Amino acid sequence: MHTSKTKIGRRAFIKNTSLAGGGLVLGFSWIISCKNTSKQSGKALPKDWVEVNGYIKIAENGLVTIMSPNPEGGQNVKTSMPMIVADELDVDWRDVIVEQAPLNADAFRFQWLGGSQSIRRGWEGLRLAGATARHMLIEAAAKEWQVPFNEITTKGGVVSHKQSNKSAIYGELAAAAAQMQVPEEVQVKSIDDFQIIGTSKKNVDGLKIVTGQPLFGMDTHREGMLIAMIVHPPAFGLKLKSVDDTKARQMPGIKDIFTINVFNDDYEKAFFDTRTFNEVAVVVGNSTWEVMNAKKALKIECEPIESSTETRDRFGRKWEEHTPAGLESTDEHFALMGARAAEPGEVRRKDGDPERAFKNAANIIEASYTAPFLAHNCMEPMNFFADVTEDRAELVGPLQKPDLTEQTLSARLGMPIDKIDIQMTRLGGGYGRRSYAHWLVEAALISKKIKAPIKLIYTREDDMTDGIYRPSYQAKFRAGLDADNNLIAFHVKTGGIPQSPLAQNRFPAGAVANYLAEDWTIDTNLTVGSFRAPSSNFMASAEQSFLDEVAEAASKDPIEFRLELLGRAKADPVGENNDYDPDRYAGVLKLVREKSNWDTTNKNLHRGVSAYFCHNSYAAHVLDMVIQDGKPMVEKVTCAVDCGIVVNPDAATNLAEGGIVDGIGNALYGELTFKEGVPQKSNFDTYRMIRMAEAPKEIEVHFVDSDMAPTGLGEPTFPPIFAAVANALYKAKGERFYHQPYIKYLS
Amino acid sequence: MATFNLNINGATHEVDVDPTTPLLWVLRDHLNMVGTKYGCGIAQCGACTVHLGDVATRSCMLTVSSVGNQKITTIEGLSENGNHPVQKAWLEVDVPQCGYCQAGQIMTASALLKNNSNPTDEEIEMAMNGNICRCGTYTRIKKAIKTAANSENV
Repeated sequence: MHTSKTKIGRRAFIKNTSLAGGGLVLGFSWIISCKNTSKQSGKALPKDWVEVNGYIKIAENGLVTIMSPNPEGGQNVKTSMPMIVADELDVDWRDVIVEQAPLNADAFRFQWLGGSQSIRRGWEGLRLAGATARHMLIEAAAKEWQVPFNEITTKGGVVSHKQSNKSAIYGELAAAAAQMQVPEEVQVKSIDDFQIIGTSKKNVDGLKIVTGQPLFGMDTHREGMLIAMIVHPPAFGLKLKSVDDTKARQMPGIKDIFTINVFNDDYEKAFFDTRTFNEVAVVVGNSTWEVMNAKKALKIECEPIESSTETRDRFGRKWEEHTPAGLESTDEHFALMGARAAEPGEVRRKDGDPERAFKNAANIIEASYTAPFLAHNCMEPMNFFADVTEDRAELVGPLQKPDLTEQTLSARLGMPIDKIDIQMTRLGGGYGRRSYAHWLVEAALISKKIKAPIKLIYTREDDMTDGIYRPSYQAKFRAGLDADNNLIAFHVKTGGIPQSPLAQNRFPAGAVANYLAEDWTIDTNLTVGSFRAPSSNFMASAEQSFLDEVAEAASKDPIEFRLELLGRAKADPVGENNDYDPDRYAGVLKLVREKSNWDTTNKNLHRGVSAYFCHNSYAAHVLDMVIQDGKPMVEKVTCAVDCGIVVNPDAATNLAEGGIVDGIGNALYGELTFKEGVPQKSNFDTYRMIRMAEAPKEIEVHFVDSDMAPTGLGEPTFPPIFAAVANALYKAKGERFYHQPYIKYLS
Repeated sequence: MATFNLNINGATHEVDVDPTTPLLWVLRDHLNMVGTKYGCGIAQCGACTVHLGDVATRSCMLTVSSVGNQKITTIEGLSENGNHPVQKAWLEVDVPQCGYCQAGQIMTASALLKNNSNPTDEEIEMAMNGNICRCGTYTRIKKAIKTAANSENV
C-alpha cells in the first residue's frame, strides 16, 4: 500500500449528510496536484481543472450507490469510473448501484466528456473517494469496538477485527462513519490488490438499453411539454433576413413561430460557444410530426453575412476569430489549400539543417495528402429539454461540457448559476459535437419565450447541415534518405480550413537529425470544432501513410523502419519536448507485430500497418484486406494499445473496436462537401456511413500489460486506422491513395 | 385528425392523430413509448425498427393509417423482462456503446432469427445492413446474433 494525501484544499468541501434510515452520503472534493501534462499546444486544455470527486451513498443493508460524475456517451465511464471507487472502498461489485451524478461545478471538477480524459483525470480522485470512505468506516468500527485502527481489515463490504472476532457490514457502520473527520491522508490499494479494476464488468445501463427504457435526452417527456424545431439559413455565409410564417402558422398543432438570437451581440463567446447561424427561426407545436410539417411550410429569406472579427475567450486567453463573407465551395477550398501550401508556412520546429540535408540526400520522397470536412452524425440528433421561467431554468439532455454550457446559459439568461439545473442524460453519441451546446441555449430561450416546457429536436437534416464540422486539411511531407537508406531529413508542412492540425513535437520529431515543421491556416465561415481525436485524426492518416511510402523507398519493413527511428529517439533524441515515450510507442508496434503474425506472408492478404500516439495513449494496428469481386474487404484488424492500467478490459476492447470501425468508415466514406455554402449531404441516403458488411470480419485488441496510471481510450485507436486502411489498399491496388475518402478511388 | 386503434405489444391503444403521422411519432409523442428511436426519418438508419407482424419495419416512414389491424411489436414488448434470447445475448456480449441504435438493431436481429434460426454471416450482414451503428459495434452485434441463434427458444 502507498500513502496518498487527500490534499483537502481551499476549494474542497465536505458534506456529510445522514440519510433517513441511517444511510450515509459522503461527498468529497479534492484538489489533485496534477501538472498540466498535455503538450498539445493550442488545445483547449486549461491548466487547473484537475479536481475530481467520488460520491458514495451507503444503505443500511450494505448496498452502495456510487455516483458517476462524467457524462456517458458510449465510452462506458458510467461503469468504469464507479468500478475504481468500488475497488478502493472494498465492496462487492454486485452490491453497487450506479447513478449519474448531478452537474455540480463546486463539488465535481472536470465533469466532461472529451479528450479521452475521464478516466485519466478521474483516476486519483476516484480512488481517494473510495479509500477515504473505507478509512472512515474502519475508524467508526475502531471507535465502536474499542480496537486499534490498524488491526481492522475490510473485504467485500464487511469490516472485521479478527482478534475480537467482530465484524459488521458497511451499512451498519455508515451512520457512525459519517460522523468521523475526513482524514487528511488515506492509504490506497497497491495495484496487485485490485479486485474490481482489471476485471470485465458489464455496462450498468445494459438492461435499460436492450429493453428500450428512457435514457436519452430525446426520450425526455413531461406533462404539457411542447416540441420545438429550428429553421436555419440553407447556406453558410447567409443570415436570416425575414420569415414568412403565414402558411405555417395556420397548420394544425402549431403554437407559435418566432426568431431567437442564440448569443447577444455584445457577448464574448467562450471556446465552445461556436455558432454560425446566430439568428434562427423557431417553430413550436404540440407534436413532432406537426412541427416537422410546419417547418417545411415556413418560408425564410436570407441575405449575405458581412465579414467580421470577434474576440473570443479560450479559458482566459483571448483570440481574434475572423469570419469572412462569401459562399464557399469545396473545389475552391482545395484550390486555396493547394496555393497556400506552396507559400512558406509558420515554422513551429526546426532541428539541425533540414535544407542542407535535403540537398545532400540520395533520395527524396514527397507526398501531399488531403481530407474533407466531416459531420459528426451522432445517432441521437441534437436535442434538449428546457423548462425556463423568469427566475429558474431546468434543462435535461445530452452534452459533453455541462459546466461550461451552464456558464454560457447563465450569461445569456442573466440568471445566476444556482438557479440553473442542468441534468445530464446518456448521450446517443458525442464525438466532440456535443461540446458545442448552442442547442441547449436555444432550448432555454424558446421555453422562456413561450412560457412552457419544451423539447428542442434537430431533425437529421438540421443535425447534418447545421454542424460544427471536422476541419478540412492538407499536409505535404518530404523525406530525405542517404545512400544507406537512413532517414536524414524530414519536413512536414500542413494546414487546414480554418485550423492547423500540426503537432510539431510528435514522432518522427526526435528521431530525425534534420526536421522542419511548418503550418498555415485559411479562414472560413463554416463552423468547425472537435471531432474524435481532433487534428490527430488527420495527421495520423497522412504521416503514417507517408512513413509507409518512405519505408518502401528505403527497402525496409514498415514496422522495422519505425522501430529503427524509435530506437534513435530513445538512444539519442533530437531536440527537446518530444511528446512521446519511444519505448511505449515501440511497445505497441512490437506487440501488434507479434499478435498479427506480421512476419508470416499470405499472398492473398494485403496488410497495412500504422501506429500513433495521441491523447496520452499509444495504439498500433495491422489491417488485413482481401479483394472480393474487385471490392476491398477488411478481413481482420489486429490492434495493440498501451493506455496504462485497463480498468474494464472487455469494455475497453469494445471502445477500441469502435474506434477502429469508425475510423475505417470515415477513411473510406466520410465526406461533407459544400457548394456555395450549402452542405451537399443532409441525411444518411447520401452521407455514407460504414455498415455491418463493410466492417472488419474480426477485430483483435491486445493491451500492453502495464502498471502505469490509466490514460484515455475513446480516441487513440481512431487516428491510426485511417493509414492502416491506406497502406493495405496500396498493397491491394498497387497505388497510393492520398485523398480521403478513399472510396473515390474504388468505385 | 382521425382515430386509430393500434395493436401494440398485445394491447390496444387508441390515438387521435393526423393520419399521415409516422408510427414512430405516434409511439414516441402520443404513447410515450420511447424505446423506438428517431435517427434519420427516411428509413436509412434502422433506429426506428419495429415488428409489423413478424417483419422488421422502419416506423419512421410507416404512416399510422397504413398499419390497420396488424400486430405491432416494439422493443418494450419484445419480452417481459429483457429475457428474449436476443436481448440476453446482447447483454452477454455487452454490445452497446452509446446504445442509441441498439433497440433498432435488436428488433432487426430478432425478426431475422424468427425467420432464419441459424443465419450465415452473409445472411446476418444482409439483414442488418439497414441498421447504422455510429459507435461501430458491428462485430459484437454479429457475435450476439450468433450467440442468440445458438441459444434455445429463439
